[in-house]
Amino acid sequence: MAEARAPLESPGLPGWIQATPFALVFLLFFVLPLCFVITVSFWDYNDYEMIPAFTSRSYVESFEGCLTQLPDLCTMLKTYVSTAKFCAIVWILTLFIGFTVAYFLAFYVRSATTQMVLFLVCTIPFWTSNVIRMISWIPLLGRNGLVNQVLMSLHIVNAPVEWLLYSQFSVALAFVHLFTFFMVAPIFNSMMRIDRRLIEAAYDSGASTWQMLTNIIIPLSKPGIAIGSIFVVTIVMGDFITFSEMGGGQIASAGKVIATRLSALQFPPAAASAVILLVATMVIITVLNRIVDIRREL
Amino acid sequence: MSNKYTDKGAGVSRRSLLKGAAGLAGAAAGVTSVTGFPAVWAAEEKVLRYLGTAVNQSDDITKKVKAETGITIQNIVATTDDVTKRVATQPNSFDILDTEYFSLKKLVPSGNILAMDAKKIKEFDNITPIFTKGQLPNGKVIGDQGTAPKKVMFLEGQHSTKFSKTPTEWVTLIPTVYNADTLGIRPDLIKRPISSWAELLNPEFKGKAAILDIPSIGIMDAAMVVEAIGKYKYPDKGNMTKAEIDMTIAVLTEAKKSGQFRAFWKDFNESVNLMASGETVIQSMWSPAVTAVRTKGIACTFQPLKEGYRSWASGFCMSKGVTSKQSEWAYEFVNWFLSGYAGAYLNRQGYYSAVLSTAKANMEPYEWAYWMEGKPAEKDIKAPDGSLLEKAGAARDGGSYDDRMGNVACWNAVMDENDYMVRKWNEFIAA
Repeated sequence: MAEARAPLESPGLPGWIQATPFALVFLLFFVLPLCFVITVSFWDYNDYEMIPAFTSRSYVESFEGCLTQLPDLCTMLKTYVSTAKFCAIVWILTLFIGFTVAYFLAFYVRSATTQMVLFLVCTIPFWTSNVIRMISWIPLLGRNGLVNQVLMSLHIVNAPVEWLLYSQFSVALAFVHLFTFFMVAPIFNSMMRIDRRLIEAAYDSGASTWQMLTNIIIPLSKPGIAIGSIFVVTIVMGDFITFSEMGGGQIASAGKVIATRLSALQFPPAAASAVILLVATMVIITVLNRIVDIRREL
Repeated sequence: MSNKYTDKGAGVSRRSLLKGAAGLAGAAAGVTSVTGFPAVWAAEEKVLRYLGTAVNQSDDITKKVKAETGITIQNIVATTDDVTKRVATQPNSFDILDTEYFSLKKLVPSGNILAMDAKKIKEFDNITPIFTKGQLPNGKVIGDQGTAPKKVMFLEGQHSTKFSKTPTEWVTLIPTVYNADTLGIRPDLIKRPISSWAELLNPEFKGKAAILDIPSIGIMDAAMVVEAIGKYKYPDKGNMTKAEIDMTIAVLTEAKKSGQFRAFWKDFNESVNLMASGETVIQSMWSPAVTAVRTKGIACTFQPLKEGYRSWASGFCMSKGVTSKQSEWAYEFVNWFLSGYAGAYLNRQGYYSAVLSTAKANMEPYEWAYWMEGKPAEKDIKAPDGSLLEKAGAARDGGSYDDRMGNVACWNAVMDENDYMVRKWNEFIAA
């Protein structure tokens, strides 16, 4: 018995060797750069160089006015409120659409071949760059774009609809279009692992489709939902280009604050903003983890 | 994702990027084609890594340099911001630098660039006095608010990091190209004359105006508006106090909240698309972007305004890492650049060249009359690539060199309060 338990308690040399490559990659390309970013965020700077002297200037200035301006929101809070709002909208929409698509694929498509084919069809948009997929919306949604032309020619509206492009609507639309698949894949995966006998048993016991959904499928799909949510939330939190291109540069996001600082050669405040973003994202993920213990569920 | 973004480049047309890429390919082909007689060339191969913003980096120029001097130019194209970043962080990744004068306030103190010796520049005395004295060749003094070239043109010594107020032998940047920027408009959609910067924030164009999302330039355009509506007169628009920055940002914020702006654009192509698609009818713009809209057959005017132009200029210097050989080739290249072909090439795109006399000698008289004297074109005006720009009879927006450069009000700048201004700009975006 002691022999049987030994491998669990200590992985032994082969285990360590197996873990080494990934650990090294992780250390070299994630932990180390992150340490640099955190270090730089506490440096001072001027117009043309970083000064390696400890200061909390970048953080103090990033949060400038956050207490004194109350009840008005400071730049930092406004930016994060705006980013968080998009996170919430995009999360709800991608979750709803993604869950529906995955549900259809998992439970309504009978043959495994058709399932795989349809699943692969979902990935087709990823054959081209996401910037191109995003920019393709512009000729459709513009003031003289296709959508407005159709609306006008059908006499549904008399003047072009302005809020279709360079608006919160277009940003949310692009996000949902780009990232719904990140919800579909993990949820579909979770659903495929659900023991079909549970559903049969529920059916035999007289459960309605809705009861099966709420009592069996949603609880057992939780890990997929959580993983998809983490994908979507982290991408939207850190995004810069979708906000910029689809929002016409007029919508604040955490990523854009960093980009503006970098362009001005102000690396320490950019690093500080990046650290703040990292903390904010980690808080959200921790909360998600509280709701669903992903490691236990997998 | 950020790569895809920077690849598009601010102020870089797709065409010039392609040309840059083709230039690189051409340079590579040039290297391989000399394998027939390696002994001579291997010892003497002259290669310069040329970091710049693409305005001057065309395939035609690269080929011509190779043919006339034997120097292989390896173009490294980046946006102005990225050029500055690269100089600050990787000074050994280039030999010769082509960048804007306003960046000098950041570049010179970094000690990563090497000033050029005016004595080794053949045409130095023929460089337009806009750079050396801040006046036109005819003596008219022009606006010097912001980082006017004359303020940052000379250093106290070759390795000095202090700008000299009087001309010295050590030149920070040997000028290559400059222009006067103003608002671009769609005359077919506006249908009335536009003559003032105030129109940018005129509620008549609500939802149809745009400005640059480059803080240092965007705020100056806003300052032109503030002065035009008579709200305030800045001692120096290019170097505002904190209070002036607050006030200017407040004007912009109010306009943004009332829905004045359709978008803030960051790169050349965005500005062309906004204008060509009719999303905007009035916006800050660059001269070649106006030309790009017009070549699509859409009316677009680079509108002269009574308050004057916002000007910019760029020029050459070297990396501090150059060897003495490379420095020699760099001088050879810069001297070639000022000798006429490149100047004429730039003038034909609507920019201005630093040495007017040599450029004139390389242009047809009718071309010179159209581009530089503001006269109606005698013949069809063609771009350097041969495409038709204007039909005979057309005249250039804003008129002659003297009319355009003579009405410069301010220059692109880096303010002393740059850090504060960038923070305020983020506040404006978040408003």
